[in-house]
Amino acid sequence: MRPTLILIGLLMPLTAASLLIGAAGIGMTGLFSDPHMALIMTVSRLPRTLAVILTGAALAVAGVVMQQMVRNRFVEPGTTGTAESAALGLLAVTLIAPEAPIWIKMVVASLAAMAGTALFLQLIRRLPPREFLLVPVVGLILSGVLGAVVTFIGWQTDLLQLISIWLMTGEFSGVIAGRYELLWLAAGAAALAWFAADQFSILSLGRETTTGLGLNPDAVMRLGLVVVSVVTALVIVTVGMIPFVGLVVPNIVARRMGDNLRRTLPVTAAGGATLVLACDILGRLVRFPYEVPVGTILGVVGSAIFLWLLYREPSGG
Amino acid sequence: MICVEGVSHSIGKTEILHDISVEIPKGKVTALVGPNGAGKSTLLSLIGRLMPLQSGRISVDGADTVQTPSRDLARLMAILSQTNTLGSRLRVRELVAFGRWPHHQGRPTAEDVQQVNDALVALDLIALGDRFLEALSGGQRQRAFIAMALAQGADWLLLDEPLAALDMAFARRIMAQLVTLRAAGRSVVVVVHDINHAAVWADHIVAMKAGRIAAEGPPQAVCTSKVLGDIYGMDLRVTEIDGKPLVLHHL
Repeated sequence: MRPTLILIGLLMPLTAASLLIGAAGIGMTGLFSDPHMALIMTVSRLPRTLAVILTGAALAVAGVVMQQMVRNRFVEPGTTGTAESAALGLLAVTLIAPEAPIWIKMVVASLAAMAGTALFLQLIRRLPPREFLLVPVVGLILSGVLGAVVTFIGWQTDLLQLISIWLMTGEFSGVIAGRYELLWLAAGAAALAWFAADQFSILSLGRETTTGLGLNPDAVMRLGLVVVSVVTALVIVTVGMIPFVGLVVPNIVARRMGDNLRRTLPVTAAGGATLVLACDILGRLVRFPYEVPVGTILGVVGSAIFLWLLYREPSGG
Repeated sequence: MICVEGVSHSIGKTEILHDISVEIPKGKVTALVGPNGAGKSTLLSLIGRLMPLQSGRISVDGADTVQTPSRDLARLMAILSQTNTLGSRLRVRELVAFGRWPHHQGRPTAEDVQQVNDALVALDLIALGDRFLEALSGGQRQRAFIAMALAQGADWLLLDEPLAALDMAFARRIMAQLVTLRAAGRSVVVVVHDINHAAVWADHIVAMKAGRIAAEGPPQAVCTSKVLGDIYGMDLRVTEIDGKPLVLHHL
């Protein structure tokens, strides 16, 4: 249980810092007497902090679920076409029905994400099983192709700026009360993964073992598909894709604790929340009072961690 | 009893099994033997419903493997398949514990913990319980997968080449373990590569060749130089030690 304690020990001061840091000064003392400060807290800081925590946790969980589904450590929803297909769906609904309520956009983006991820799963089933590096390569190619389609349509319709937020540099500066609550649904989808944690662990033992234990591997796959797609789509709809969280956090957790998801999922979720929160705070501080998008910060921090993971010796027992 | 009736199976255009009908007796250790590519693993996978049945009918103790819910079958039979590639980092104890999943669906009872422990003891894995599988040797890992199948506690245990990668001490120990299971009222079907493990430990042998049943019966009837020589296409001498046939296939 030590990793959990360490993460909670990190998450609490980071949460406090996130509540206090921003262009408008907030002091502990004025919070209850000054209505302006209270307003900033309830409308901006608290929603933002919650949004960061929910996003980080949900993305990390979606990452590990994806990795268990394809039995490969080097994938996450951002590198397998899930994010791009969600963006494609979102782009379609933005063009066809710009006035559609947010939940319609969310549903369309989720369905598109499911279709794109299902396509990826179909593609990799045809790969030779031993060529495990082909899986992330196929994912990158698929997401590249889908991303090119999205970019082309965005360019034609003058929506490129929107797309770069959806896919590249998710950020939280626009989050205020009323504009992040969908993320609770993403967290709900991640929680669903926890209830099915054993099933995902069993699935990663292979289709035969899964069947032998009386589980339908296709049913578990479909559940995973829903979790991954809904989390990704909701994050894209609300704040935009944040890279590397789903990749590095599950890898670090698996190194230390293994892949028994019943035990590791809470740690993975807390780890994702901590990482994104730390990066968001960093993004707010580097050129205060202006902000650097958390996606950009994570692009730098995440790739550094990923390289370290690749070149470090695997830890033993 | 496992009842296989008129089962054929093709992969692509290649026919792997040709209209197989065979009965595997309950309460016995049955060995499936035959040359490479005879269809042993395919037959075992079909019995264990790991592949969809293309034609014919298979039942285990009267339960049709196509119609019976998979979850019920998982309590009736445990199957260890040959392809145990690791997709994830699990500790030995965690892997073996998943064998109990058909019984508790995620909420293990004291009984489940006990069964897992018994399986670890049976395969001499207690000391390795907290090690990651990937940090084990091939043979140790194989034992962990056997322990998982054992922990499932099903009436029928189907094992596809459990002795692969095991040293001779563990190979013998596992065959002896299977005989103990039979004494406890369980039934075992095991694909073995070395004919002598079948000759010495099995009660019943089903020999396959080129997708057909070539011979079946007790070891004394199947393990003769005539029968085995025809199946494997080689000259074989068979001797007898302690009343059991022993095939001198190395000579």
